[in-house]
Amino acid sequence: MNISELLLLKAKSKTLSWADEQELAQEFALSFIEVERKALALGITPSRYQRNMVAITIEEQLVLNNSAVGVIGCGGLGGYVIENLARLGIGKISVWDGDVFEEHNLNRQILSDTNLIGESKIEAAKCRVKAINPSILFHGYQQKIDKSTPEEFLTNHKVLVDAVDNIKSRMVISDLGRRSNLPVVHGAVGGWWGQVSTQYPGDGTLEKIYADAKSDKGMELSQGTLAFSASAIASLQVAEVIKIILGRGSSLRQRLLVLNLLDMEMDIFDL
Amino acid sequence: MREDVKGEMKITVKLFATLRVGRFKIKEMEYDESITVGQLVKLLGISENDLGIMFINGHHTGLDTELREGDTISIFPLVGGG
Repeated sequence: MNISELLLLKAKSKTLSWADEQELAQEFALSFIEVERKALALGITPSRYQRNMVAITIEEQLVLNNSAVGVIGCGGLGGYVIENLARLGIGKISVWDGDVFEEHNLNRQILSDTNLIGESKIEAAKCRVKAINPSILFHGYQQKIDKSTPEEFLTNHKVLVDAVDNIKSRMVISDLGRRSNLPVVHGAVGGWWGQVSTQYPGDGTLEKIYADAKSDKGMELSQGTLAFSASAIASLQVAEVIKIILGRGSSLRQRLLVLNLLDMEMDIFDL
Repeated sequence: MREDVKGEMKITVKLFATLRVGRFKIKEMEYDESITVGQLVKLLGISENDLGIMFINGHHTGLDTELREGDTISIFPLVGGG
């Protein structure tokens, strides 16, 4: 019996359990993601994606499983972005961050906990992704990106996520997006507030947003950063990522969404 | 200089996030002569380091732009955290 016949036999209710997925992977010497792709192509939903349906269709789930996303920064925003991408079933996630966890990260960074102080953020992300969804290919780079980061690292990626904590790095990400011809989903937070925008190659959106910036840090220096601001902005960023990959809905291209969680105001401006 | 900006001029200023502290959320302001975004920012006592992004009538603008009668300007502080 070949894998397609076995899949159809096992997945009587058109869903594939994790136990069956593991069994098939072992039997046919395939990776989990390969089994998931074969299942989805046959109209069978791996159980872990069952509640993605049909807001995301089975065909779209296969597109997500075949997609790669780059995340720059693995802190307040990046942690939640990675968490979301893993649960959504993005096939490959590449992450850059050179830092280790510090105590002042515990107020908001979902990947941090008291046992991980002094430990690598990239390592924590890798473990978390594997625990949530072992089918995902995780590439971690224990370093900051800089002007010399080769765009080859992003070959076949669909989107780049700006989840860093300083303006200088955001300019480097904008340049990397241009060099690798990838859209960049920008997010920034401070205190009760945050902002999101999507830049396509050639738009120069990030340069526009920070055109008048005289400092490398903004109000987060005095206001700190709250957990719900980071998770809210990260969620909005992931929604943008998924829409870009699937070509659905309206994006924040050439627009800036600003969120005020203190007064519950959300505004969108043209860039 | 824009030729059409003359005499008494009313503009609406909207401040966001931390810029509201000690100032206001929304205020109608009047000026006898033309004023640039940069001049307004200075008048409001917003420091260069705090300044993020500005929009006139919902569209992105720079410090050198002159405000027109009836314009609504929105001013945001710099946000860069993650």
